Amino acid sequence: MNQLTLLWTYGYGQRALLAGVAIAICSALLGLFLLLRREAMVGHGLGHVIFGALALAFFLRLSPLPVAIGTAVLASGAMLRLKTRAGLHGDTAIAIFSSVGMAAGVLLVTLVNRFGVDLLSYLFGDILAVDRGETILSILLSLTVIFFIGYFYHQLVFFTFSPETAKASGLKTEKLEAGLTLLTAITIVLGMKIVGLLLMTSLLVIPAAASLQTSRSFLAACLLAPGIAILSVIIGLSLAFAADLPAGATIVLCSFGFFMVSFLRRRRRLF
Amino acid sequence: MSKPEAQVVVKNVWFAYDKKPVLKDINLIVQAGDFLALLGPNGAGKTTLLKIMLGLLRPTAGEVFLFGTEIHAFKKWELIGYVPQTATHFDPLFPATVWEVVAMALLAKKKPWARFKEGKKEGVLAALRVVGMEERKHEPISRLSSGQQQRVFIARALVNQPRILFLDEPTTGIDAETHEQFYNLLHYLNLEKKITIILVTHDIGIVNRHVNKVACLQENLIYHGTHDEFCRSQVFKDLVSQGNHVISHQH
Repeated sequence: MNQLTLLWTYGYGQRALLAGVAIAICSALLGLFLLLRREAMVGHGLGHVIFGALALAFFLRLSPLPVAIGTAVLASGAMLRLKTRAGLHGDTAIAIFSSVGMAAGVLLVTLVNRFGVDLLSYLFGDILAVDRGETILSILLSLTVIFFIGYFYHQLVFFTFSPETAKASGLKTEKLEAGLTLLTAITIVLGMKIVGLLLMTSLLVIPAAASLQTSRSFLAACLLAPGIAILSVIIGLSLAFAADLPAGATIVLCSFGFFMVSFLRRRRRLF
Repeated sequence: MSKPEAQVVVKNVWFAYDKKPVLKDINLIVQAGDFLALLGPNGAGKTTLLKIMLGLLRPTAGEVFLFGTEIHAFKKWELIGYVPQTATHFDPLFPATVWEVVAMALLAKKKPWARFKEGKKEGVLAALRVVGMEERKHEPISRLSSGQQQRVFIARALVNQPRILFLDEPTTGIDAETHEQFYNLLHYLNLEKKITIILVTHDIGIVNRHVNKVACLQENLIYHGTHDEFCRSQVFKDLVSQGNHVISHQH
């Protein structure tokens, strides 16, 4: 038991816990909207674009975080534009950006001729290396996400359920969509240290999917999804530290455990 | 007797998708009390025109006025109710009850810190009562049949007490018996609640039973007038000769 709680006594463990919980809240809340709008792969698409941006930052010897945030914001805006102006389906726009981002990343990595430890830590996550600045940014982001969703809650619910009707009733749906996409992009950048770019989609999707299996109201799902995500981070981190496992993967598998419990519970209720 | 209010005015509207014209120089006036069927074959531009009237699509040329105001300056959206063709295409895992779905249209206009007043709650129930769904208010929306869901979406469109209801192919996927009940409900809303109805359909049978105005589209507006004139028109004869289903006039 001591081994499971020992981590929280270290400074890096406390920072990992705070940043992990903050990102868990953001991704679970935003994931609910992504999932119900059938845009679950946004995280995956942006992740690939951010990989390209990180490769560029390493190539040009720039600080990776600002480059990744800037690229993610621009890419999310371009994705929206491609969807609305070019009349492409959401998943087509995501697929285009995703593959171009990854291709650019691979090209840059090959050009620079090294696939350094730094880039790997962003791909697979290194939660115990989260620094003080990243922790503060994660907490600020989670507060922003909670405020955004709380303030526009009813509009977001209407827009997610019936986008066309919401627009025809005078809601500024473009702004709501832009807000959601922008916050998702920043969450992915800050979350890449927690579970890694490759697994970030799972943090956006799995807790939200688990909550939708059992919630009877949208508000209940908004409480349950972050709850599942927070528990996954705490349990995943503890197990990873105690058994010397990779933290990101353990967190994701914990959240999958919660999903299976919700899924089986729903099936038992239905049949 | 004074002339009925022109609630929707479509003026010289053109629209094209990728330079392919879909609507050409459409002029149309919808007056208070109209129950207008927008008829035409698939791809004739019916849904496009409806979306232009609602401001969801911007016309290539021309203007649209709602209650006398140019659509981009129009602010009184509570006067408009809309049930899109895709209303029932929501995610079945969306956790919402019938009551919550109807209340969405009211709550979205509420300031975040304002309380949801009792009168508004009663408004939700009243809208559900009109469509005969009050008893099912606590049921998840995904558990209802398509016909019942369509009734709930009409209740949501009615909850702000609109003066015009826009409906796009509302009976797609609904069985024949429910069809009739559904159109009887629209007939009631038009006659008793004095709600103007604009209905996109390709079912010419509905025209004979319920509507009082018809607009027929095929890129151009090939007919616009009363139901009785429409039944005597060449357009009607052409549509019938193309094999469209017609049921005799009953009202």
